[in-house]
Amino acid sequence: MSEKPKLALYWASSCGGCEIAVLGLHEKILNVAEAFDIVFWPCVMDFKYADVEAMDDDSIDVCLFNGAIRNDENARLAHLLRRKSKVMVAFGSCASGGSMPGLANFTDRDAMFDWIYHKSPTTDNPDGIVPMKHTDVPEGDLELPGFWHTVKTLAQVVPVDYFLPGCPPEASSIEMAVNAILTGQLPPPGSVIGPDVTVCDECPREKHEKKIKRFYRPYEIIPDPDTCLLEQGLFCAGIATRSGCGARCPQVGMGCRGCYGPNEGVVDHGAKILTGIASVLDAQTPEEVDAILDTLPDPAGYFYRFHLPDSLLRRRARANGEKIVAPASEAAGEPA
Amino acid sequence: MSDNGTFEPVIVGFLCNWCSYRAADLAGTSRMGYPATLRDIRIMCTGRLDPTFVLRALQKGADAVLIMGCHPGQCHYQEGNYKAIRRFVLLRRTLRQMGIDDARVQLHWASAAEGVRFAQTVARVTEEIKALGPLDWPHNWPNEDPYALQEANS
Repeated sequence: MSEKPKLALYWASSCGGCEIAVLGLHEKILNVAEAFDIVFWPCVMDFKYADVEAMDDDSIDVCLFNGAIRNDENARLAHLLRRKSKVMVAFGSCASGGSMPGLANFTDRDAMFDWIYHKSPTTDNPDGIVPMKHTDVPEGDLELPGFWHTVKTLAQVVPVDYFLPGCPPEASSIEMAVNAILTGQLPPPGSVIGPDVTVCDECPREKHEKKIKRFYRPYEIIPDPDTCLLEQGLFCAGIATRSGCGARCPQVGMGCRGCYGPNEGVVDHGAKILTGIASVLDAQTPEEVDAILDTLPDPAGYFYRFHLPDSLLRRRARANGEKIVAPASEAAGEPA
Repeated sequence: MSDNGTFEPVIVGFLCNWCSYRAADLAGTSRMGYPATLRDIRIMCTGRLDPTFVLRALQKGADAVLIMGCHPGQCHYQEGNYKAIRRFVLLRRTLRQMGIDDARVQLHWASAAEGVRFAQTVARVTEEIKALGPLDWPHNWPNEDPYALQEANS
């Protein structure tokens, strides 16, 4: 056996972009392979969960875990890899804040299944088949992982040592983290690995007094290449989003989406974006404010695009008084 | 809930130092009666109100949040309450998307001389929230992680 530190990478509910980001290190990926003994990486090599279960506890030095937690399988691997790993890194925005899968917290499992398997215009499902947690077939009982109403972040399921946000994390961010791990120069546990300035700090666009009368969707205008996008009425979350990306989106005329999440010390990312956006509205009365906001559809979606499960409210409530029921009561035959 | 089982809302109040907190004082020293549902927190100005405060109150289990400040044009800091208006209207739209009724987060004005208006506002908001019922945000959804439940039981 080699003496190299052992590395595990896993994807839970994610798109695979984080895996590509790791491969996006290009030739530096060879340094990673040289420095680490990769013991688990289902995306690129063949491993079985039983292989991980057979390892000693704390035998993996670093686990880079990407993806949100939204079903029993995600949770099983999160708990398993936490037990086997010395250092657990929430890798990417899904593991850190919930990200795109986390937007499911604006709805719930029943509504999602209803849309996906019955109502969406592209669904062709005449028999009304939906995934079941248990299905009886002649060969026995088939089981699918239970699907949750509420998407969680990795840290809401197991203790996390470091966070590496980004959708996906930039190669420079990954390099910084890998180097920090290799040299042992890590920040205190629980830290986000990255700078503590906002995207605005890194954005080269010229910034002036901001007062806007309406918002524009990106397709509605061609923005001036040198002026702050928010001043031109384009939504930009750079005012309240941690940098580390080099302000790549605003530089090409697309407002910051907020993927690196809240800056140091911020509890609720969306609340801070909200405050910043509200401050640029050129209005004095509630009616005037409402008129401007009519041009900003889906504000909660903008503010919590990457961090809804990690926000204070975490999800949408159902109608007043109606609770989301516990899946513990689920009998066989209930939706997965 | 009160001892006899009727629903007594918990309303967190953010009152500005210069107008509404003094209106609350005036209501008190004038011995006006109003429901004991408000937990008031003094802030220097409604313009200081970070939306995080409102979200935190709801997340911790408040049934409603009542923000009160100086009338428009009468802010001690000239325009803090105008900042509050912009933030509040945007917050209200955001909270609608989270399934939270408009009545649960309200913005009202009361000058230092308007103890009656303050007391009436608290009474009116209390009635509205009683009609809506508890929000009970911390228990709005279950823990669905079977492995966490196993660890807790082992």
